[in-house]
Amino acid sequence: MNLMAIIFVAILANNIVLNQFLGICPYIGVSRRIETSLGMGMAVIFVMTMAAIVTWIIYNVLLVPLDLIYLRTIAFILVIAGLVQLVETILKKTNPTLFRALGIYLPLITTNCAILGVALLNVQAGHNIIQTIVYAIAAAIGFTIALIVMAGIRERLDLANISSMLRGAAVTLVTAGILSLAFMGFKGIVTL
Amino acid sequence: MTTLAQEFTKGIFKENPIFRLLLGMCPTLAVTISAINGLGMGIAALFVLLGSNIVISLLRNLIPARVRIPAYILIIATFVTIVDMVLNAYTPDLHAALGIFIPLIVVNCIILGRAEAFARKHDVGRSIIDALGMGIGFALSLTILGIIRELFGAGTVFGAHILGTAFQPMAILGTPPGAFITLGVLLGLFNYLFKRLGIE
Repeated sequence: MNLMAIIFVAILANNIVLNQFLGICPYIGVSRRIETSLGMGMAVIFVMTMAAIVTWIIYNVLLVPLDLIYLRTIAFILVIAGLVQLVETILKKTNPTLFRALGIYLPLITTNCAILGVALLNVQAGHNIIQTIVYAIAAAIGFTIALIVMAGIRERLDLANISSMLRGAAVTLVTAGILSLAFMGFKGIVTL
Repeated sequence: MTTLAQEFTKGIFKENPIFRLLLGMCPTLAVTISAINGLGMGIAALFVLLGSNIVISLLRNLIPARVRIPAYILIIATFVTIVDMVLNAYTPDLHAALGIFIPLIVVNCIILGRAEAFARKHDVGRSIIDALGMGIGFALSLTILGIIRELFGAGTVFGAHILGTAFQPMAILGTPPGAFITLGVLLGLFNYLFKRLGIE
């Protein structure tokens, strides 16, 4: 698969939130305002790319040659948790502006299953390092787009007259369903 | 002090992880395309939750508070690896259907949430009851969702034909949009029911 196809599929046709169900918790939790979803999106792009690179190296340099593939879940999640801590500490020292912008979102990201999910998908698909980086960035951009679109809709939904039983998460899920239907339309464009 | 029975039932009704707390949504949406997949995922998560709650409760005085989160993740990941291997060996079809969502049980918020909120403060007995209640609540919710999607999406429940040959399956329930919409509507329905029954 060439890189353009990877980018197109990861952002639109196989969007990680709306089509693969990864990262639903932050998707519902942080999609109230456009500014916060933009911040969350930037943090995800940053961490997801780093995590994909590091887990790819761990998998192909350590786990495969040593025949320890069954340890991948344990190894990946520890690496990701450590990486988030490291990124937080480094950013605090070297780039306080960026840290203030991303700061509150970073700890949340450890429990974002999209990060571990993309790392696992990369390994499963047998991507090389370039494909891994491209896929991680594209998947994170897909996440950000889905998040911002949802935030835009929810800012309007706040003003709408919704039945009390559907208010909050329920109507957000139904909206996500309709969005997901729209994103399904991209599937026909590329033959997988 | 809550009684043991209350400890058990809170996970099924009052603090149901999916319909009340909205935790663990990713596997809920992704695997409930059929009742058996939902039940399989529920049981896998129940096993991991039970194991991690027992071990964390036993080690609660030994794990230093500052490194407790990495320690919990390590314990949870161990049980997830066990589940992954067992499912792969005994039920390869289910393993293939659940796919990437088996290793992703590690980041299921319910499990880390119970470790942090319950197991590290209570003895083993109560932690087991808590894990059973929460795990059954999760498995039950997934199975209900799976039954609804399978019944109307394919006309079957657990693979058995229910609605007959004249029924036109609603294919959308088997697709990602169907998952979101079914869960959203069900959530609204449960909100209404809980309100009517006076459970807040």
